[in-house]
Amino acid sequence: MPAPTDPHDEPTTAARSAEPAQPGPGPAMSRRALLGLGGGIAAGVAAGFGLARATGVAEPATAVAPVSSGPGTYAFTGAHQAGIVTPAQDRLYLAAFDVTTTSRDELVALLRRWTTIAARLTQGLSAGPYGPASGPYDAPPDDTGEAADLPPAGLTITFGFGRSLFVGTPAPDGTPGTDRFGLAGKLPGGLVELPHFAADNLDPARSDGDLVVQACADDPQVAVHAIRNLSRAAFGAATIRWTQLGYGRTSSTSTSQRTPRNLFGFKDGTANVKAEETAALDEHVWVPAGAAAQDTTDSSWLTGGSYLVARRIRMRIETWDRTSLREQEGLVGRTKGEGAPLSGGHEHTEPDFSRTGRGGAPLIGVDSHVRLAHPDQNEGVRMLRRGYNFTDGNDSLGRLDAGLFFLAFVRDPRTHYIPMQTQLSSHDGLMEYLEHTASGLFAVPPGVPEGSLPLGADGTPVTTDDGPFVGEALFA
Amino acid sequence: MSRRSATALALAALVLPLTAACVPNDTAGDGASGAATGPLTVRSTADACEVSATSVPAGPVTFSVTNAGDDVTEFYLLGEDGLRVVAEVENIGPGLSRDLVAQVRPGTYFTSCKPGMVGDGIRAEFTVTESDSAVTPTGDTADQLAAAETQYVAYVKDQVGALVAATQEFADAYAAGDDAKARDLYASTRVHWERIEPVAESFGDLDPLLDLREADLEDGQTWTGWHLVEKDLWQPTPDANGGVAYTPLTPEQRKAAADDIVANTAKLQAQVTDPDFTFEAFQIGNGAKELLDEVATGKVTGEEEIWSHTDLWDFQSNVDGARVAFEVLQDVVTAKDPDLAAQLDERFEALQSLLTAQGSVETGFTPYTDLTDAQVKELAAAVDALSEPLSQLTATVTGA
Repeated sequence: MPAPTDPHDEPTTAARSAEPAQPGPGPAMSRRALLGLGGGIAAGVAAGFGLARATGVAEPATAVAPVSSGPGTYAFTGAHQAGIVTPAQDRLYLAAFDVTTTSRDELVALLRRWTTIAARLTQGLSAGPYGPASGPYDAPPDDTGEAADLPPAGLTITFGFGRSLFVGTPAPDGTPGTDRFGLAGKLPGGLVELPHFAADNLDPARSDGDLVVQACADDPQVAVHAIRNLSRAAFGAATIRWTQLGYGRTSSTSTSQRTPRNLFGFKDGTANVKAEETAALDEHVWVPAGAAAQDTTDSSWLTGGSYLVARRIRMRIETWDRTSLREQEGLVGRTKGEGAPLSGGHEHTEPDFSRTGRGGAPLIGVDSHVRLAHPDQNEGVRMLRRGYNFTDGNDSLGRLDAGLFFLAFVRDPRTHYIPMQTQLSSHDGLMEYLEHTASGLFAVPPGVPEGSLPLGADGTPVTTDDGPFVGEALFA
Repeated sequence: MSRRSATALALAALVLPLTAACVPNDTAGDGASGAATGPLTVRSTADACEVSATSVPAGPVTFSVTNAGDDVTEFYLLGEDGLRVVAEVENIGPGLSRDLVAQVRPGTYFTSCKPGMVGDGIRAEFTVTESDSAVTPTGDTADQLAAAETQYVAYVKDQVGALVAATQEFADAYAAGDDAKARDLYASTRVHWERIEPVAESFGDLDPLLDLREADLEDGQTWTGWHLVEKDLWQPTPDANGGVAYTPLTPEQRKAAADDIVANTAKLQAQVTDPDFTFEAFQIGNGAKELLDEVATGKVTGEEEIWSHTDLWDFQSNVDGARVAFEVLQDVVTAKDPDLAAQLDERFEALQSLLTAQGSVETGFTPYTDLTDAQVKELAAAVDALSEPLSQLTATVTGA
C-alpha cells in the first residue's frame, strides 16, 4: 500500500481492484522525491529516463498506455498478486531461492519481511524506513541505494512456492524428499514434477527452487534493486539458487500493448490471454475454488492464485539466422513481417488450419509452431504468457547464450502446459533451433488483501509480528 | 509494409518509367540508370494481376506480390513461350505479401497470377530491356540441375549400400557379445549414415528410430537405434548416468536392438532404391546447410556421441556429405555466382585441414574428449565460416 504522501496515490479504484492498475499519470517523480529527500534532483533524472524510453524499440505506435509514458506504480495489494495481468513491463529479474532454515516460524517471518519490502518498493519507497542515505551513521543503510534517483518504473513483485517447499527434493534414485515445514498436506495438485520432455537438457543448478520472486519493471536497475534487497532480507532464512535477467518482453498482457518480437525476429504471444479478457482469465489463469475440492490435499489456500511455469529456452540463433525465410516462416506458421498466419489475413486473424496450397498441403504446416501451440490443438486451453528475451553472455564457442525465458501463468499446468509442451517438444519443427536448459514450476498464491498492511508512524508499510503476508493462508 | 520497402517502392515508381524511356536497348552507355531497378508491386485479385510496370532493365528484379483476393494465389514469371517457369512464388494466403527475387536477362516474358492455384493464370506480357547490369549467362541450368540430382541420388544409393553391409557386420558382432569388435566398427559404420542424414530425415520416422539421443526422448518413449547400443558399448558410471547405476542390456535386448537397426536400415535402403526416389536441387542445397547445422549443434559440442566420444567421425562425415552436395551443384554455382563458389571451395578446404590434423575416416580420429578447448573453438569457427556462405547455396542454384 502506498504511503499517504505518495503523489501517485490518486488512482484509487482502478489501482486497488483486481483489474490491472494503471500507473499514476502525474509528473515524473523519483522515489527520493516521494520520500521528500530530493525532489530537485528527481525532475532531471526523470526527464532523462523519459528520453531513453522514447528511443526504445518496443514503444507502442500510439502511446495510449500510461505505463510507457512515464514512471508509475501498480498497487501491491489486491485479490490477485500484481505482475500477472499487469501490462508486461520491459524488464525482468527473477530469482529462485532455497530455504536454508528448517524453522517454519523463520520461513513465515521471511515472508512477512518480503511482503513489507515488496509493498514499499513497488510504491517507489525505499526498502526500509530510513532509505539509502539516512539512519544511524554506524549502521549500514536499510536500502542498498542504486534505485534512489530512479522512478518506480512500474515495478511489480510476485511471489511463488516450489514443490520442494512442500515435499523436499527427491534423490536421483527416487527416494522421497523431506517435508521440512509440515506443508506436505497442503501441496496443491497442480504442483507436480514436470515430466522430462523430449530434448530437454535441463541444468539442475538453474532449475526449481523453494521460493520464486519475479520482479518486473521498465528499468532493469529497479528490478535488480528489488531482488537485491529481498535477497538481503532473506539471509539466514533463504539463499538465491538461480536468477534470470530478461529484456524485451516477449508477450503482451494487455490489448493496449503491441505484440513484441522474440530473438527469432518473430512476433510472439499474439494469442495471449489479455488482462481485458476477464472471463478467459477465470477460465485459464486463476485457480478456481473448485480446484481444491479435487485435491486429496488441503489446497484451498491457492484459490485465486495461479501457477507459474518458467522455462529457459536457449535459441540456436546462429543456425537460425542461416535459415531461409521460407523455412523460418514455415516453421513458425506466420509471416515474419506482420505476424499474419500463413493461411492469410492479418496478425490477429484466426489461423485457418484447413486451408491448403499447392499439392493440397496445408498452408500452415503440420509441424509448425502456431498449429501445435494453438488452443484448437490443445483442447481449447490458453495461457497468460509473460516471457522475456535473455542473453547471458556467450558460450565457449563464441555463440550467444541467448533465447526466450518463457513465463506463463496458468490455472493448472496438468491441463494448461504439460500436454501442449509434450506435443511441441516432439513435433514442433522449431525444436531444431531450441533447447530447454532450465525449468521451474511454482504455485503463486493470491494477493494480500487491500488495506490490510500495517503502517508505521510515517504512514508507510512496516513489518509487525502479526501482519498479513503473501501466502498467509498456506500457513494457517 | 516496412518504411524501407515503402521508400523503395516510391523510388521505383519514379525511376522505372525514366529508365525504360531513356535507355532502351542501350548497352554501352549510361550505366547508372540501367542498374536502378527497384521493387515492382504485384496485386493479385480474383480477376486481375496488376503489375506496377510492364518493363524493367535486365538485372536483379524484385516483385513484391500481394494477395488482395480471397483465394490462395501464386505468381509466375514465365519465358517467352509462356511455358518455361523462370521464377515463381507459391502459397500466398489472402492478405499476405511475399517477394519474388530474380535475375532477368533481356527478352520477352509473361507475368502470371494464379488465384485459386488453378488454370493458366491471369497473364500479361513483360519486357526486360538491355542494361549494363551484367546477368551471367547460365547456359542450360535445367540440364545442369538434372545432372546434379542424378549424381547426388547415385551418391546416396552408394552410401546406403555401404551402410547396409557395414551395419550387418556391426550388428552381428554386438549381438554375439563381441564388444571389442562392435566398438571398433561403431564409428566407421555410422560414417555412411552421417554423410546422407538429411535424406534419412526426409523419410520422417526413420531418423528418430535410428539416431535418437537419450536426451531427445520424452517420458515413456522407447529408445531404439545407434545411441542405445553406443551407451551399452561404452557404459557410463553412475555419475554420468543421472546418479544411478547403468543397467547393461540383456543378451535378448542386445539382439532386439541389433535387429532393429538392421531392419530400419533396410527400410532406408528400400526407400532410396525405389525408382520414384528423387532428391531435388533445393533439397540438396538445404541438405548441405543442414549437415553443417548438425555439426554446429551436435558434433562440435560433443553431444552426439556422448558415450563413445567418436564425434569427429560424424563431424567428418557431415562435412563429406555437405561437400558432395556442393560439388554436384558446383557448375551451377560457378555459373551464377563464381565468388560464392570460390569462397565455398576455400572454406571447405580450411575446415578439412583442421579435421585432417585430427585424423581421418581410414585411420581414425582423436576422441572428442582429447581435444583442447582452443581446438574445439577453432573447429567451431571454421564451421561457422563455412556455414554462412553455404546458407546461400539453395537460393543461388534455384534462383532465376
